[in-house]
Amino acid sequence: MSIGLRPPASVLAASAPARPPRSLWSDAWARLRRNRMAVSAAVFLVVMGTLATFAPWLPGLPDPALQDLAKGASPPTFAHVFGTDELGRDLLARVLHGGRISLLVGLVGTLVSLLIGVTWGAVAGYVGGRADDVMMRVVDVLYALPYLFLVILLLVFFSRSLVMLFVALGLVQWLTMARIVRGQVLSLKHQAFVEAARALGATDAAIIFRHIVPNTLGPVIVYTTLTVPAVILQEAFLSFLGLGVQPPNASWGTLVSDGARLLALFPWLVTFPGLAMSLTLLAFNFLGDGLRDALDPQGRKEGGA
Amino acid sequence: MTTYVLRRVLLMVPTLFVIASLTFVLMRLAPGGPFMSEKEIPAKAKAELLKRYGLDRPLHEQYVAFLGNTLRLDFGPSYKYPDRQVRDIILEGFSVSAELGAWALALALVLGVPIGTIAAVRQNRPADHAAMFMALAGVSIPNFVLGPALVLAFALTLLWLPAGLWTGPASRIMPVLALSLSYVAYIARLTRAGMLEVLRQDYIRTARAKGLAEHVVVVKHALKLGILPVISYLGPAAARIIMGSIVIEQIFAIPGLGRYLVVGATNRDYTLVMGVVLFYASFLLVLNLLVDVAYSWLDPRVELA
Repeated sequence: MSIGLRPPASVLAASAPARPPRSLWSDAWARLRRNRMAVSAAVFLVVMGTLATFAPWLPGLPDPALQDLAKGASPPTFAHVFGTDELGRDLLARVLHGGRISLLVGLVGTLVSLLIGVTWGAVAGYVGGRADDVMMRVVDVLYALPYLFLVILLLVFFSRSLVMLFVALGLVQWLTMARIVRGQVLSLKHQAFVEAARALGATDAAIIFRHIVPNTLGPVIVYTTLTVPAVILQEAFLSFLGLGVQPPNASWGTLVSDGARLLALFPWLVTFPGLAMSLTLLAFNFLGDGLRDALDPQGRKEGGA
Repeated sequence: MTTYVLRRVLLMVPTLFVIASLTFVLMRLAPGGPFMSEKEIPAKAKAELLKRYGLDRPLHEQYVAFLGNTLRLDFGPSYKYPDRQVRDIILEGFSVSAELGAWALALALVLGVPIGTIAAVRQNRPADHAAMFMALAGVSIPNFVLGPALVLAFALTLLWLPAGLWTGPASRIMPVLALSLSYVAYIARLTRAGMLEVLRQDYIRTARAKGLAEHVVVVKHALKLGILPVISYLGPAAARIIMGSIVIEQIFAIPGLGRYLVVGATNRDYTLVMGVVLFYASFLLVLNLLVDVAYSWLDPRVELA
C-alpha cells in the first residue's frame, strides 16, 4: 500500500481505512444500500418482476384463462390463494399475468418516452440558439395541451392495440424528460471534456450521444424510475375506461376495474389486484426517491418533492 | 399585466384551433363510422342519418361548419343519445364534475399545505418521516383502488355512507376523499420542499432575530413564498383531478361529465367525446392562465412577459 497517496486523517476517520477512491456511481451505490426502504423496494420489484415475467412457466400456476363455471367465484382457499373470479378463473394467475402486461406497458412506454425525451432535450440543449428556442417552444405548447385527452381520442378513433398503447403513453411522458436533459446538457456543453472531444474531431452526433448524454444519466435514471409507475397508472386509467388492454389480455387496471363492478359480491376480486398494483407503484416511488437521494446528495438537503 | 393577459388569451386562440383541427382530422381519419353497426341499416335511413349529422356535405364544408359550431359550443346531437345535444350534456355533467373537483382540490389544499409545513418545520424528525412516508404511500395508491376500498369499508361493511350516486351531502364524502388523497400527498411533498428552501433564507433569519414568534415567522413570512411550488402545481393538478374524476364518477355512479366521456368512448359516440375533450381542453387552458396570474401576484419577483 502506498502511503503518499493517502487522504488526510480527517477523511479516513469517518470511513474504513484505505478505501479506494470512489466514483460517483460506487458512492451512490453505497448510499443507496444504506437506504433500507429503497433496498426493500428494489427487492420487492425484482421478486414481482420475476414472478410476472415467468408467470406462464411457473409450476402449479393454473392457466389464467381456464374457466370453471361450475365453481364460479370463490374466496381465497388453499387451492386458489387469491380466490377465483366469477368465471372460476384463478385470481393469482390472473394477477401475475396482469402484472406481466402492466409492467411491460410501463417499461416500454417509459422507453419510448426516454428515447424521444433524451434525444429532443440533448439536441436542443447542444445546438442551442434558434433551434433550441423552437424545440423548447414546442415542448411548452405540448405541455399546455391536455395530452391524455388526445390519447383518449386516438384510442377511441383507432385500434386499441398494445402497440398503439405503447406509443400513446410514451408520447405523453417525454416532455419532462426533454426538459431535464436539456438543462443538464446546457451546463455540460462548455466543459473541457467536450472541447477535448471536439478538438479530436468528433462529430456533433458523437459528442452528444457518446460524451454528453452519458453524463446526464443520474437525473435521467431517477426520472425514469418515477416514469414507470406513472405510465403503469395511465395504462390502468385507460384500461379502466375500457380503452387500454383488451380482452383476453388483462392488466392490473382491467382486473381492478372488473373487480370494482362486482365489489359488493366478491370483494377479493378488487383487493388482490389493487394490492399488487399499489405495492408495485409504491416500490417504484420509494426506489426513485432513494435513487435521487443517492445520486444527488445536494438535492437531499432540499428534500425535493 | 393587462397586456400579458391579453397576449395569453390571444395565444389560446391558435392552441384551441390546433386542438379542434386535430380532433376533426382524427375523427375523419378514423376507420369505420358511428353507424357501422352489426345490423345493416337500410340505405335510405343511412342517408337520412348522414344528413342529420351533416356528414353528406364536402369535407371542407364540414370542417368550416365544425369550427363555427365549436366556437358556439355547439357540437351537434350525440350519436348515442340522438335526442340530446352534446352541449346540454356537457353543461349538465360539468356542474356535477366541477363540484366534485372543487371539493377535492380544496380538501387537498386544506390538508396538504399544513402537513407539508409541519414536516418542513420538523425536518428529519419522526413527524417529518411519518408525514413523508404517508405522502409517498398516498401518491402510490391509485384512486380507482382507493375508491372501491372506501366503498368496501364504509358502505358495505360499516354501512355508514351511501355506496354511490350524488344525492345528499353524505354521498359526497367518499368520492371527494377518494379523489383528493393523492393530491393531499403530493401537495404535502411540494409544500415541504418549498418551505425547506424558504426557511433557510436570510429574511427568515431577520424575522426570527426581530423576536417574532416562530408560528408568525412560519405562517406569515415563510408560507407566502414556500407555497409557490403548490400554486404552480395547481394547473396540472386541475388537469389530473379532471382525469381522476372520470374514474371516480364511474365507481360511484355519479352523473358527471367523466361518466359521459366513458360512455361516449366505449360507444364510439364521436360527437360526445369530441365535445367533452374540446370543452375540457379549453377549460384547462383558461385555468392555466389564471394560475400563472395568481403566481405573479403572490411572487412579485416573477415578471410576466
